[in-house]
Amino acid sequence: MDVFSDLITYFTNNGSYVWEQFFRHFLMSAYGVLFAAIVGIPVGILIARYSRLSSVVLSLANVIQTIPALAMLAVLMLVMGLGTNTVVFALFLYSLLPIIKNTYTGIRNVDHTLIESGKAMGMTKWQILRMVEIPLSLSVIMAGLRTALVITIGIATIGTFIGAGGLGDIIMRGTNAQDGTAIILAGAIPTAFMAVIADVLMGWLERSLMPVKKKKQDSNEQEEVTA
Amino acid sequence: MLKFEHVSKKYKGGKTAVSNLNLEFKKGEFIVFIGPSGCGKTTTMKMINRLIEPTEGKIFINDEDIMEKDPVKLRREIGYVIQQIGLFPHMTIQENISLVLKLLKWPEEKRKKRAEELLSLVDMTPDYLERYPHELSGGQQQRIGVLRALAADQPLILMDEPFGALDPITRDALQDEFKNLQKKLDKTIVFVTHDMDEALKLADRIVILRDGQLVQCGTPDEILREPADEFVEEFIGKERLVQAKPNITTVEQIMNAHPVTITSDEQLSNAITVMKTNRVDSLLVIDQEGVLEGYIDVEAIDQNRKKAKDVADILIPDTFSVYKDALVRDTIRQILKKGLKYVPVVDEKRHLVGIVTRTSLVDIVYDSIWGDEELERAQ
Ligand SMILES: Nc1ncnc2c1ncn2[C@@H]1O[C@H](COP(=O)(O)OP(=O)(O)OP(=O)(O)O)[C@@H](O)[C@H]1O
Ligand SMILES: [Mg+2]
Repeated sequence: MDVFSDLITYFTNNGSYVWEQFFRHFLMSAYGVLFAAIVGIPVGILIARYSRLSSVVLSLANVIQTIPALAMLAVLMLVMGLGTNTVVFALFLYSLLPIIKNTYTGIRNVDHTLIESGKAMGMTKWQILRMVEIPLSLSVIMAGLRTALVITIGIATIGTFIGAGGLGDIIMRGTNAQDGTAIILAGAIPTAFMAVIADVLMGWLERSLMPVKKKKQDSNEQEEVTA
Repeated sequence: MLKFEHVSKKYKGGKTAVSNLNLEFKKGEFIVFIGPSGCGKTTTMKMINRLIEPTEGKIFINDEDIMEKDPVKLRREIGYVIQQIGLFPHMTIQENISLVLKLLKWPEEKRKKRAEELLSLVDMTPDYLERYPHELSGGQQQRIGVLRALAADQPLILMDEPFGALDPITRDALQDEFKNLQKKLDKTIVFVTHDMDEALKLADRIVILRDGQLVQCGTPDEILREPADEFVEEFIGKERLVQAKPNITTVEQIMNAHPVTITSDEQLSNAITVMKTNRVDSLLVIDQEGVLEGYIDVEAIDQNRKKAKDVADILIPDTFSVYKDALVRDTIRQILKKGLKYVPVVDEKRHLVGIVTRTSLVDIVYDSIWGDEELERAQ
């Protein structure tokens, strides 16, 4: 109970600071994902077209994913120095795999007869991409962004090691302070909260982008019931 | 309007789907491709709009080699109903129907109007326009698929089994409707099916394929009358062949080739002898070359026994006769309508070649009822 009241006290005394870090944390994650989307979606589309590239690109992204976050930050720091940009770049790298992979899968899984249907109608390649492939794989692509965002929110906490700030700062303070449990929680709870909210919101967005709305929503509800 | 010249298609795996196809179709023709599954119907059709490119040979539309045209432009000039329907799930029915028009840059309002107009063709209310494909039944989706191909009013339409998912009643109605529509709009239609009834009903010409080879190409009548080989016969089915018999057999095939005749310069007494020996009450009269002149019957002989001497004197000219290539179907109708006992059959130069009597008709009726069983018994 002590911890809980400590926590409340911390929030009331440092509200604006927590809020500031929360916002900073979110921005770093969001930027990382945004840049990854800008790069990853076109790459995903490209490798869906030229499937020979796909194994190379995907395994490369996979390798990046397996590098431990601290090691990655350390290496990037050597090259890019301290600061927020380095963290955003690391988050960008971690976001690439889910985004590229989902875009690739999404586009690949568009029913071939629909593409043929569009082609037979006289659509150009670009029109097929814009009017058929992307709309039909949008929800899968969104799922990729969702995964990426949740991952980056988690990883962004260690940005504090290279002075990028964020909720990780608060956690670090807690670990350095004597009896800092409440402070650690003051950093960890908003992080978890942010991840959950991001997941829910993105999930909602993802579902609303489903090509066949009603039917899929039904099956999603079923999934949630069974889960 | 559409021409195949030595067209072959070999798929990458080495499978020859179509080999050396030569065909020519006129504008406004309703062409039906038929054949067992995997015989290359879809492949042939897709080569017309270049979804598949032929390995060999050329295809011409209005004397233009399609390989020299821009594929996108070519496809926009051809309506296509894909075998799998292929409606876009993320678009409303209206968007689906008018997508081609959108590609052709029609204004929004005109597109909407056209979609409504088309929907009424298949007896669907405008409130369907705002629905999504998954809210429609399979049959309704299929109709939308057909409408989509009609939207831009292209002169050539390719349809790959467009009525496959419909119940027999709806299919029948839609076939009728569609055939009318085709005639009215004067469209050239290439239609794929493996339902022979559908083919016979819709086609101006039927193209029968087997293992990528052309087996026979002809009007439904021609194909029923002279199936090219056993494969075609089997594909048509015995039952249909027998049923179709009166509709396609010619008079020549069923006539009695030995009518009782007499030349016009014979004496009447001879005529009576001929009648007596053949046990008939009338005689067909021909001249020396065998040209039909008319007939005499026993009544006329009886009435004019005293005055007349030669057949020519009591000859009743202008007998109703039929041409030997006339269809039995039509001849039966004439016999029944005019209450004739028989009809002489003549060739192009009015030479008498045979006679159709009411007894011959009995044979046909007998055949169409029991002929089937006899065929089976004979085997
Ligand atoms: N992309 C492809 N690659 C290799 N072989 C193919 C391909 N598409 C079709 N084939 C083969 O070519 C042959 C003809 O196929 P096609 O689709 O034209 O048949 P179909 O007459 O339309 O049959 P169905 O009535 O079942 O639709 C088949 O044996 C099929 O297996
Ligand atoms: Mg087919």
